[in-house]
Amino acid sequence: MTLLKADHITKSYAGVHALRDASFELRAGEVHALVGENGAGKSTLIKALTGAVIPDSGEILLDGTRITENSPGISKSLGIAAIYQQPALFPELTVAENIAIGQERDGSVFGMVNWARRKQRAKELLDRIGARISPEQIAAELSMPQQQLVEIARALGANARVLVLDEPTASLSEDDTRNLFRVIRELRASGVGMIYISHRLEELPAIADRVTVLRDGQTIDTHEMADVSSKQLIQLMVGRELSGVFPKREVPRGEVVFELRGFGSREAGIRGIDLTIRAGEIVGIAGLVGAGRTELAKTIFGLVPPDTGVMLLRGKQITIGHPSEAIDLHISYLPEDRRRHGVVLDLPISSNITLASLKHLSGFKGMNFRKEKEIAAEYTRRLGVKTPAIYNAVSTLSGGNQQKVALSRWLVTQPAVLILDEPTQGVDVGSKAEIHELMMELAEQGVAILMISSELPELLGMCDRIAVMNGGTIAKVFDRTDATQDLILSAALGH
Amino acid sequence: MATIGKTYRREISAAAALAALLVIVAIIAPSFFAPGNLRDLIVNNLPTLLIAIGMTLVILVGQIDISVGSQFAVCSVAAGVLAKTGLPMPLVFVAVMLIGGLMGALNGTLIGWMKLPSIIVTLAMLVMWRDALRWITEGAWVQGLPENFQWFGLGQSTGEIVIFMISLLLFAVFAWSLRNLIVGRTVYAVGSDAEAARLAGINSPNVVFWVFIIMGGLVGVSALLNAIRFSAIPGNSGVGLELKAIAAVVVGGAAITGGRGTLIGTLIGVALLGTIGTALTFLGINPFWEKAIQGAIILAALASDVALGRLEKNGRSDLAATTSPA
Ligand SMILES: Nc1ncnc2c1ncn2[C@@H]1O[C@H](COP(=O)(O)OP(=O)(O)OP(=O)(O)O)[C@@H](O)[C@H]1O
Ligand SMILES: [Mg+2]
Repeated sequence: MTLLKADHITKSYAGVHALRDASFELRAGEVHALVGENGAGKSTLIKALTGAVIPDSGEILLDGTRITENSPGISKSLGIAAIYQQPALFPELTVAENIAIGQERDGSVFGMVNWARRKQRAKELLDRIGARISPEQIAAELSMPQQQLVEIARALGANARVLVLDEPTASLSEDDTRNLFRVIRELRASGVGMIYISHRLEELPAIADRVTVLRDGQTIDTHEMADVSSKQLIQLMVGRELSGVFPKREVPRGEVVFELRGFGSREAGIRGIDLTIRAGEIVGIAGLVGAGRTELAKTIFGLVPPDTGVMLLRGKQITIGHPSEAIDLHISYLPEDRRRHGVVLDLPISSNITLASLKHLSGFKGMNFRKEKEIAAEYTRRLGVKTPAIYNAVSTLSGGNQQKVALSRWLVTQPAVLILDEPTQGVDVGSKAEIHELMMELAEQGVAILMISSELPELLGMCDRIAVMNGGTIAKVFDRTDATQDLILSAALGH
Repeated sequence: MATIGKTYRREISAAAALAALLVIVAIIAPSFFAPGNLRDLIVNNLPTLLIAIGMTLVILVGQIDISVGSQFAVCSVAAGVLAKTGLPMPLVFVAVMLIGGLMGALNGTLIGWMKLPSIIVTLAMLVMWRDALRWITEGAWVQGLPENFQWFGLGQSTGEIVIFMISLLLFAVFAWSLRNLIVGRTVYAVGSDAEAARLAGINSPNVVFWVFIIMGGLVGVSALLNAIRFSAIPGNSGVGLELKAIAAVVVGGAAITGGRGTLIGTLIGVALLGTIGTALTFLGINPFWEKAIQGAIILAALASDVALGRLEKNGRSDLAATTSPA
């Protein structure tokens, strides 16, 4: 039975067609995956469904009835809930309030807040997805995956008939993903229709019933999930074949470039960290949400002051009090939260890419804009940033393309030590392979790379060694040859 | 307890500053606390408090209103002119509130619905209302007010109590609503992130629109309660009122970017900045220092905020380190 239908939707932004005559159909009690390259129009399509974007033409039908005058408020009242790709939490408000706002549809001006019930409800919803987050915490203090979990809890709280999930697992660890899938299956059993967007194609067979492929704003095809292999899916998305193998190559390991000894920070909640990275080596960090992975990276980069242990660069002790000092030492850090820390949304793509290397681009005669343009053009081409012009603001890019810009900024700094926090979150398969290739090239040039990722296959495929964090410290380090998914997971869980 | 300290951290630091000031005055010039002086001080500051209540809403919703001083002047003159036509005082009260509300609605339409930046819109209104008024009144005062105008015809002491009660009531209603009504919380949500509010199904433009109407209505009430304290109404009252109100809100701990702040904080802010001037006289300091000291307090409020933020953050991560085993 068709629950929700998008009929011949077209939407363009200043000449760029985000959607071209796209049609899509969701049944009750199914999980319908939506896949496509970065910029294919997935987010725009679901925004059109929820009324967050008004299409230029085409209609949305719920139970066969056309929704007129759509808006987020209206679609919500009709039972459509959504988690958007860009987290949309209220930073100043508590988790409980974030979950409650917009849901207490009392209608009257004098509707009252029931604080105790709000807190109770938030706790129930968070428990349901196994998230250990206090309802009283202020949203601004949450890490990226925690924000993601709060968004999921909020969407569940709407008790919707249609639930839209735009890359809900982009920054979630294996464990949280498993909890989410369990809840999705429960909802499916109770007849909720779900649209599920993800670039993690390997997770789709476990959760999706059908899949629709979008390419260049057009809906190409819809299949039963069981009938297509991920290879076929990629072929449909990209229009060509991809090897699907990580471009890992053996690189002779050089001297120890970067070393931590007994490194810790009370403020960041990390302690007793011992870690070495050699030139040409890629070291991965695995762990659950809250294990201290991002906190470790931030402390190294000078965003949080360390208070114990030492940090050595090529055998010499260094202290970093501020990110600018880290950059001067050729240590680069791609942050996890691209919207808040990774890109300047209102600046052009070109300026974003060169933002951390302005020193090399400017001299006596001021900025070298020609060079800036060359660099920007090269990286947007290599990573496949989909945009009509490199002078467009980053805010006009799709989520995955913003991520590519954030990453490019740090690749051009010519680092000696490169710390990558979820470098491929939200990036499509084709570009992901290109990013991995770039990482390999850097390793071959002798760069020491530290990669945080919640995607285990990526860690297993790209890293020489994998350190597993748990409770703010490194619990175990595996060599490439003995690391397996299960070993890492059990170490992350503290077994 | 810990969460109360955390949530109201900024209010607490403002209250501590106020307490410190009062202690110093108590030691050096105890005569400050004479009942007559305190009463004057409170009544003098009630009109500012009413404006600051509205300003808190405006700042919470992520906007600013610098036209309140000029609106205040318009409402004051309107109050006098209407009273002279023989309109009964309760109706004058309602009419002035409506006039304020209308001026607010104009701001609200331009800012909420037409999405113009509030600082520019209200700057234009600040100039426009004040000059329009100057043109109409030609600088003259409204004189020859009817008997029942000053103190509502109740005499000074009863009149002061009426002013106090009305202000107290409004403060209580707004403080309670902001915390306990769903519409109150949507004010915070819109100020915190207007786009997130839109996606959550909140009609952000409408919320902004109504906040400006309320601001205008409160300006009307404030202007009337101020005007009835005197026997004539100047055509140029309320100059600099916007700065006083904004300063009080900020000292009281509201974030100028919206989404965070409380009316209790604003009350403390008004009390702190309002007390300084009188306290200086009692401490034998040249009152010309008042503005400089007020400025210093605003800076100190922001600085202590940052410092406290650091401390509290350390405490929190401590907790995080011990309570997150996985
Ligand atoms: N506000 C905007 N202004 C201009 N162009 C936009 C805007 N929003 C989206 N686009 C363009 O529309 C196209 C589709 O974007 P959309 O966000 O739907 O992609 P997506 O499939 O969700 O990609 P991703 O996998 O990266 O999230 C992109 O080319 C993007 O640049
Ligand atoms: Mg998207």
